[in-house]
Amino acid sequence: MLIDTVLFYIFAVMVLIGAILTITRRSAVHSAISLIVSLLGVAGLYLLQQAEFLFAVQIVLYIGGIMVLFLFVIMLVNLDQAAKERQFSGGWMVALIAIGAAGAGIGALLWRGFGSLHIPAPVLEGTPAGLGNTEQVADSLFSTYLLPFEIASILLLVAVVGSVIMAKKRI
Amino acid sequence: MHPITTAHYLALSLALLLIGTVGVLTRRNVVIILMSIELILNAVNINLIAFSHMWQHATGQVFAIFVITDAVAEAAVGLGILIALFRNKETVQADEIDLLKW
Repeated sequence: MLIDTVLFYIFAVMVLIGAILTITRRSAVHSAISLIVSLLGVAGLYLLQQAEFLFAVQIVLYIGGIMVLFLFVIMLVNLDQAAKERQFSGGWMVALIAIGAAGAGIGALLWRGFGSLHIPAPVLEGTPAGLGNTEQVADSLFSTYLLPFEIASILLLVAVVGSVIMAKKRI
Repeated sequence: MHPITTAHYLALSLALLLIGTVGVLTRRNVVIILMSIELILNAVNINLIAFSHMWQHATGQVFAIFVITDAVAEAAVGLGILIALFRNKETVQADEIDLLKW
């Protein structure tokens, strides 16, 4: 139990420090590296919660896929000029109001619901022995959520076509 | 030391959501705004996984997979739009893209 607690705090600090550095760095490449740290922390949290399949997906897709995409775009568009300019727009007031409202609302809900959240559920007896995390996810994905799964594949197809058209010089 | 509960994960998710929101609202660089959106989507995923673990049910993880799919589609299309924008306007600063402003 203690090792879980220590690991949670290590990963939480990774997530939060990485996130804060992501939104404050001047250079976009530094931001991307901080984002990798943050996403690695999130992956560790998945592992702590026995979501091993999502841990692998997080590493492969986010850190392997999306981050490479970001770095490619950072190399493609010339950000040297942008790094020399002012980094923050004047939206501080709006941002403060937004995070104040959202933080107060969700924080109050969390505070009131704390009693129902602070008992971690015991492992249910009904789960079949020998059925791993990936099998459980796959069972759910290919039976109950088959239609959303197919719609997601169409969404990805549309996104591929759309991004190619967007990035093409001449359509 | 208290044992870690679902509430800890929800509080962390809330903090990550707020950091991402500040990034979207205050940064000028469009690339970093897109990265902040990824942070917000990750906060959602932490929430879903926390509840999936709490109820010992795989549905939360399936939803997290759908959220990741949407994040990938959004990043691909968003970065494509960014390249098209840079080709036309030679800028990546969000407040200089004001063709629709009065």
